[in-house]
Parts: sequence; C-alpha cells; structure tokens
Amino acid sequence: MFLNQFLFLAAILFCIGVYGVLTRKNGVLVLMSIELILNAVNINLVAFGSFNQDIAGQVFALFIIAVAAAEVGVGLAIVLLIYRNRRSIDVSEADLLQG
Amino acid sequence: MTSLGILAAEMTNTEVWVTNSFFLAIAAVSILAALKMVTTDNVVHAALYLLIVLAAVAAVYVILGAEFAAATQILVYIGAIMVLLLFGVMLTRAQIGSETDLDHDQKWIGALISVVLAAVMGYSLWEAFSDAKLPDNRVPQGTEAVADSIFGIYIVPFEAISVLLLAALIGAVVVARRD
Amino acid sequence: MTTFLPLLATESPVAVPGIFEIVWIVPAIMAASFVAILLFSKRLSIPAHWIGIPAIMASFLFALAIAGNWIAYVGDVADSHDSGGEALAFVDGDPELAAASADDEHGKSIGVSCLTDDANHADDGHSDEESLAPAALGFVEEGEAPHVSPCPVVTQVTWFENGGSAASGGSDIQVGTMVDGQSVMLLVVVTFISMLVHIFSTDYVAGDRRYTHYFAFLSLFTASMLFFVLSSSTLQMIVGWELVGVCSFALIGHWWEDKPNSDAALKAFLTNRVGDIGLLIGMIILYFAAGRTFDIRAINEAAVTGAISQNTLMVAALCLLAAVMSKSGQFILHTWLPDAMAGPTPVSALIHAATMVVAGVYLIGRLYPVFYVGFDIEGSTINPLALVGGITCVGGGMLAFVQRDIKKVLAYSTVSQLGYMVLALGVGAYTAGMFHLFTHAIFKACLFLGAGSVSHACHHSFDMKADMGGLKQYMPKTFWTFVIASGALAGIPPLAGFWSKDEILVGAGVWPGTGGNGTYYLPFLFGMLTAAMTAAYMTRVIWLTFFGRYRGHAHPHESGNRITVPLIILAVGAVFAGFLNVPKVLPVLGSRIGLWFEEMVEPAGIATFPVIDHGKPSFSLAIVATLLALGAATLVYVYYKRLYAKDAMATDYTDSFVAKNRFIRAGHTLLVEKYYLDHLYTGTIAGSTKGWMAQAAYWFNQNVLDGFIDRVGSGTTATGRFIYKYIDQGAIDGAVNGSGLGASQSGEILRKVQSGRVRQYASLMFGAATVLAAVFIIAV
Repeated sequence: MFLNQFLFLAAILFCIGVYGVLTRKNGVLVLMSIELILNAVNINLVAFGSFNQDIAGQVFALFIIAVAAAEVGVGLAIVLLIYRNRRSIDVSEADLLQG
Repeated sequence: MTSLGILAAEMTNTEVWVTNSFFLAIAAVSILAALKMVTTDNVVHAALYLLIVLAAVAAVYVILGAEFAAATQILVYIGAIMVLLLFGVMLTRAQIGSETDLDHDQKWIGALISVVLAAVMGYSLWEAFSDAKLPDNRVPQGTEAVADSIFGIYIVPFEAISVLLLAALIGAVVVARRD
Repeated sequence: MTTFLPLLATESPVAVPGIFEIVWIVPAIMAASFVAILLFSKRLSIPAHWIGIPAIMASFLFALAIAGNWIAYVGDVADSHDSGGEALAFVDGDPELAAASADDEHGKSIGVSCLTDDANHADDGHSDEESLAPAALGFVEEGEAPHVSPCPVVTQVTWFENGGSAASGGSDIQVGTMVDGQSVMLLVVVTFISMLVHIFSTDYVAGDRRYTHYFAFLSLFTASMLFFVLSSSTLQMIVGWELVGVCSFALIGHWWEDKPNSDAALKAFLTNRVGDIGLLIGMIILYFAAGRTFDIRAINEAAVTGAISQNTLMVAALCLLAAVMSKSGQFILHTWLPDAMAGPTPVSALIHAATMVVAGVYLIGRLYPVFYVGFDIEGSTINPLALVGGITCVGGGMLAFVQRDIKKVLAYSTVSQLGYMVLALGVGAYTAGMFHLFTHAIFKACLFLGAGSVSHACHHSFDMKADMGGLKQYMPKTFWTFVIASGALAGIPPLAGFWSKDEILVGAGVWPGTGGNGTYYLPFLFGMLTAAMTAAYMTRVIWLTFFGRYRGHAHPHESGNRITVPLIILAVGAVFAGFLNVPKVLPVLGSRIGLWFEEMVEPAGIATFPVIDHGKPSFSLAIVATLLALGAATLVYVYYKRLYAKDAMATDYTDSFVAKNRFIRAGHTLLVEKYYLDHLYTGTIAGSTKGWMAQAAYWFNQNVLDGFIDRVGSGTTATGRFIYKYIDQGAIDGAVNGSGLGASQSGEILRKVQSGRVRQYASLMFGAATVLAAVFIIAV
C-alpha cells in the first residue's frame, strides 16, 4: 500500500471541498463543504500516523473531529441568525463587510 | 523500479490485492459522492451525498488500521453532525425538491482554483511521497493505544478541546437564541 | 526537597529551616487576596478589607516566623563556625575560586562560595528544585570578629529550559526565592507597614467609590513588592520592579477623574520608564558578564571574585543607577515622587515612603558587589552613588522648606532620606544604609499616616498654611505620634533615626577616628547639612500644623481608633527600632544588643558579598550632629513663633525676611519652582523634542515623501507620454490607455476587492494559498 493512495484521495476531496466552498451560495452547503475539507485533512493525519506507526496521527484526527463538531454548531447558529435576519441564507448577500 | 512497477508486483499478493481493490472502490465512491455533493441542486441530496463521503472516509480509516477514529467518525459525523446539518436545512426552510440558485454565476473561478490547487498538490505529493510505502507489518492502532495517548501526553490538548466544545456550545446558544 | 551535602566530615552543617523553602507563600497569600477581592468582594458584597486584612495579617505572621527562623539560623551558623575553631576553607568543587580567595590582592579574604552546591546539583541532574545549603564555612581574616553569615537560602524551580543549568553550560532560567538577611528584613517591614496601612485605610478611605479596587491594589502591591524582595534572579527582580510600578501607577491615579491625579500617575509611570531602560541594560550586561545567568548569587560572586572586569561592572552599575534614580526618587529623576502624593495618603505611606521607593535602595543592596567593585567604593573619596545620594539629600531637603502641602514636605523629606540611604551605600556603609531603610520605613510611615489623620480632621485638605494650625489640642494622639516620628526623622537621640543617621555619618569615614571605607568629604558634608535641614523643616511642619491658632474652617477632631492605633504602634516603633543596632561601646545596650541588626542583615565571610570595613562610632560626632539638628530646630521654632506672634491667622506672610531680602526671595522662587526641573522636562526637553520632531516630520513629509510622490507622478506621466508617443502610435491603443490611467484605476480595482462578499474573500484566500504553494514548490 502506498502512502500516496491516501494522500491523493485526500487532496481530491480537499479540492472538491474548496470548490464547494467557493461556488455554493447556500450557507448550509458551504458548511457541508467545509466538513469535506476537514475530512480530507483527517485522512492525511491518519495516513501519516499509520505510515510512521505513530498514534499521534489518529489522536489529532480525533481532536479535529471534535473541533469540527464545535465548528458546525457555531456555524449553524450563525447561519440560522443570518436566516432569521434576512429570510435568506445566501452567503453572497451577506456583504456588510463591504469597504 | 518505478512505483507503478512495485504496485504491479504487489498485486500478486492476494491480501494486498483485495485491500487495494477495496480502497479503490471506496475512493471512487467517495470522490463521486463528493462531486455530486458540490454540484447537486437539492440541499437534502447534498446532505445525503455528504453522508456517503463520511462513511467512505470511515472505511478508509479502517483500511489504515485506525479503528477508533473510524468508530468516532461514524458516531460523531454521521450520528451528530449530519443530524445537525439536516436540522439546519430544515430550519432554514430549504425546499425539499430542487432549487435553481444554489450556486454562484461564476462557477469557473471556483473550478479554476480547485483544479489548480489539485494540480499543485498532486505534483508536490508525487514529488515527495512517490516511493513511500506503508509498512507491511503495521499493526492496527487500537483503542487502547489511543486511550493511553489521549489520557497520557495529550491530556492538556484533550482538556482544551473539551473547554472548546463547551465554549462552542454556549456560543451557539447565545448566537442562535431568539431574544 | 532539600538536599544537604556532606560538607566536611567533622563539621555538621546547620540544617536549613524548612520554612525558608516555602517563603513564596507570603507573596502568594497576597496575590490570592488580590484575586479573591476582585472576584468575590463586589459580587458577594463582602467588604474588601474582610479579605485583605486577614491575608496581610497571615502574611505578617508568616514573615515573623521566617524572621525568627532566620535569626536562629544565623546564630546556629555562627556557633557552628565558632566550634569549628580554625578558619576552614571549603574548597569542594571549585579550586579556582579557593585559589582566588587565597591570594586576593587586597589581602582580604573573599569568603566561601555560595555556588558550589549548585554545581553539584547540576551534576546529579536535579536542577528542578534545589535548595542551597547551609552553613558556609569560610575564610576569616585573623583578628577579625569571627562572624560568619549563612549563604542566602535559595529555592528555585526551572521556569524555562534553555540547554541545561548554568553549571552544565546552558542557561536555564530559574525562578525562586532567596532568603537572606536583607530580604527577611524587607519581608518583615513590608508586611508590617502594609498591615497597618490596611487597618488605617478601612477608616481613611471608607465610603470611597472604588473601595474594592483600592484594597485589591493594596494586596497586589504587597504581593508584587514581596515578590521583588524575595527574587532569586535578576529577571524576577525586573518583573517585580515593573509590577510595583504598575500598582503605584494605579494607586496614584486612584481618583483619576481629577486631571492632576491622572497626570501625576502618568508622570510617575513615564519617569520610571526612563530608569527602566537603565535597569534592563544593566541587567543584560550582568547576564552576559556573569556567564549567562540571572542568578543573583552568581552575579555577586563573579563581581566579588573579579570574574567580571571592573569596567564592565562600572558600566552595569551606572545603568542600574539610572533605575535607582527613577524608582528611589534620586535627584533629577525625583520629580514624580512629590506628585505621586496625589494618591490616597495611606498609599503614600506604604508605597511612596516606606516600601516601593526603597526598591531602588534594595536593588543596590541586592547587587551590592556590582556597585562596590564597579564604583571602587573602597578607599576612594567620591563616587557616583555617593554623589547622587548627597545631592539628593540636600536638594530634596531644601525643597521641603517651601511647601505648603504637608504631604509634599513629607515627600521631599522622603526624597532626601532616600538620598541618605543611597549615600550610605555609596560610602560603603551597607548596614547603615539598610538600617536607615528599616527605621525610615517605620517613622516615615508614621508621619504620612499622621498627615492623613490631620487631613482627615481638616476636610481632606493638606494645606498647612490655610487649613491647619493649632491642632495640638484637638488631636493629641496624632500630635504626639507625629512629634515622635519627626524627632526620629530629625535624628534626635535616642529615637530610631538618630542611630541609623549616625552610622551613615560614621561610615563616611571623615570624622577623626571613624575609619570606614575611604574618606568621603563631600558626602559627609552633605550628610551633616541634611541632618540640620531635616530637623529644621520638620519643626516648620509641626509648627504650622499643630501650633499657633487653627486657621481652617472645619471642626477638627481626633481620628478614630483605626487611625490612631496604627499611629501609636508606629510611634513606638520609631522610639525603639533604633536600639536594634547600637554601637558596642555604648553602655548597657552595647553589650546586650550591639550590632545585632548588622549580624542579621549584613553577609560576612561568604563570597557573594564584599568584605567591608566598618567605621568606628564616635561620641563627638554624635554630639555634634545632634547639636546641629537641635540648633536648627530651635532656630526655626523661634522664627515661626515670632512670625505668627504678629498675626496668628496669617495664611501667607509678606513681611518675613524671605519676602524682604531679594536674594533669599530668588532662592525661594527657585525652590518653589522645584529647580525648574519640571519646566526643563515638559517645556524644554519634551517641548523642544516635540517641536523638533514635528518639524522634522513635516520636512520629511514635504521634501522626501512629497518629492518621492512627485517624482513618481512625473515619472508616470513621462512614461505615459513616452508610451503615448512611441507605442500608442505604434497601434496598441487600448493597452496604452489602460496603463496611462493606471494610478486611478488601481484604486478602483482595489476598491472592488473590498466587496464584502465572503465568497470572493474565500476565493482570494484559496487562490493566494495555491499560488503560494506553487511558488514554494518551484522555489524550493
């Protein structure tokens, strides 16, 4: 088994996630794409952990899963708030940062 | 010997052959599901495709011998995060059917960036790890080892993560509270 | 935790009392009190002093226990040495040092190294926690009193690993506590005065709008000061030094709503920053000079044994002197201290008289070998330390004459007395300086609290001429304690100040038969002058405040118990504290107590301290100094009695000789204007710098920047013209038009980037990351 098998899979998933983040307008879909990105990273961590026979990879993957849970919680709360204020979750409409 | 050559040589070994085929199938499924997820025009379908990707990733963990991570992946992602996302879909009153304007008009920017990114990453991975092989005699990193590690040297990050979760919980409640 | 080394088989080392390893509890209690007050006091509506006072009392009792143990320990070490008979050289581990001590050029012994233990620990790999042992068995010069002090007891933990301990070539940064005579003395003084100030404050600031804040900062200040005092490394000292500075800042500006108060706080803070630069540079020089260590013992020992060249030490000492000048209010950087009286009076007593401002003096004492060797104190006639101290004590004393504000007088008196301490250390009278610090803390705290009591009775006014006078009959307790403390300050025997002042004058080594380190004529002269002046201005304060007729409009009354009891305790201290260190030739007390304080505080026979010659006390000097003080006091008393005989209610007098004589009036104006130093700082230096910098910036803007922009503009235009002329005509119309408008269009483009659209930002971020990754791949 090659290390690259897993790394390529992770890279492809990562890029698909990036594509999703960049093209989706719906806030929930953006969050899903971010989950995809995080999963790609996790594959990398676990693969390197297995490659180096080091438990740290798996441990950090677990930490990232926990962080992802927190991120989804807060992210969804924000999306709900946007929806409540604007009756829409189109992230491209949220442009209050405009300079 | 090129790496493809090694791969060909390895394919003679039945166990490796089975595992590799299994992996390829999973990879294909997950990539296809991921592509569908970012292109579908139905939010609920997107969530279901994400479910497939997450399950496939859990399977990849199993192949890599990370049983506990796989179990956690299924429990936390599929059990909790997916439910959260579906709740999000529901609470934002998405249509159950197809929607027309889920994507931006300028999809090509995203496509360009991700393709270039994929090329860059693919090139660097190929350069750096083309000969790297997972050890043949690798042992599965079981739950016991994970537990020893988390509650040993990683106890402080672990505690920090738990505080982070608490903070996120409170933050989510505060942000989404109707007042 | 403690590891005792088997020293020499026949000698049983004196066990280090275990309490020395847990002295960190004392500052920790106060820090906990600070946190507790902040967290709980307001919320659970517990009065802040219910937390603060028990904490400071616990600290005080703990400090007393430590002091008791130290006293016993010093005695045990001295006894063990006595029973050892012959002077023994402890040469374990460091033959070089022993050799150095054997053929020291001055013919004096250097004493036993206090660092050998350290090295052994490092070999064991036990650098985590260490406790320095025990009895130093030292070289003692034949014929000298065989008093040998224990080494400082250091308990350290490694705070920051940096390649192993100093002994093994690395430079781990260690923090910990250092218990020796000096720190134990300050420990007791700080907790004692702080305790009384806490009690005093419960009445004095009662009902204040920031009562909780006030007590919280009192606790934090005490904790910081104790942290500073107990520091075992110079790095820790810097931390403590800054911490007390912050607390001082916060408490001076306690009533920050009034502009002068916040100005005063800022002034104190900024003036201290000037000195801090010196502190940092000095500490860094010492760090490298002593072989990459912050350990105070190591630095001191390196200074004593000559491991650091005298020039380096002198530079370091000069830098540290700048820090001392700012923190301890030495002349030209003293201007913040009188302004600091804007804070509440108990704070002035605690921070700006008794404890924080002596931090500079303490710093000199802590690194005394650096100053002693660096300034060549031994055997010279003048040095920077003595000079700065001398000028300060005279200059501050003179300023005290012209103040109307009772606290300002005391502030300048503090400046003057701090100068006295620095002078004492400058002439090599280490114990005298430390002893003066000790007695001064007590009687100056008493004076400040007395001033607070007076103003408490007079509607919180501090103006002696307008709002006071004749308070003697209204507030007898305050009056008597104030008089006793003033007498102590003026050096009237047998009050505390007399003994310490006398020792300083003796230490200057000028008076016939006193000996000491060198002959410091000028400092001695300054010292005598200050002795007379101190008595004079204190008499003036007492007269204006307590004698004559009451000139204010309030109804003065004696303050409550919580104010008078601390006053009485301090006054008793001002009477008896001086007896802790009396000349041995004195009848009765001399043989019973003698130089007890010196034996407890001044290290002897160990290598972290230079060998100092002590002056021999002189009766004639004591009598002359006393007569001088009494004479000055009488003169002032008579002057004011006659002045106020004409008009008892006068708040300002126009027909005194000060007002009549032109020269004296000029001098008076000079003093009122505080030698024009504030004008110099804010007007001349800050003003001119500000103006100059503004002008320079303007010039830079006009000539350099504008020129640059003009060039760029004209260059762009020229390029545009060039392009238009040659390339545009060559048919690439569109491209040229675009580049010609480049300047304005780039702005438009950049504006579009700031669209506020999250997706666009995300695209830019990922795109940029991709490009960067590609660049790395190509470049690396």
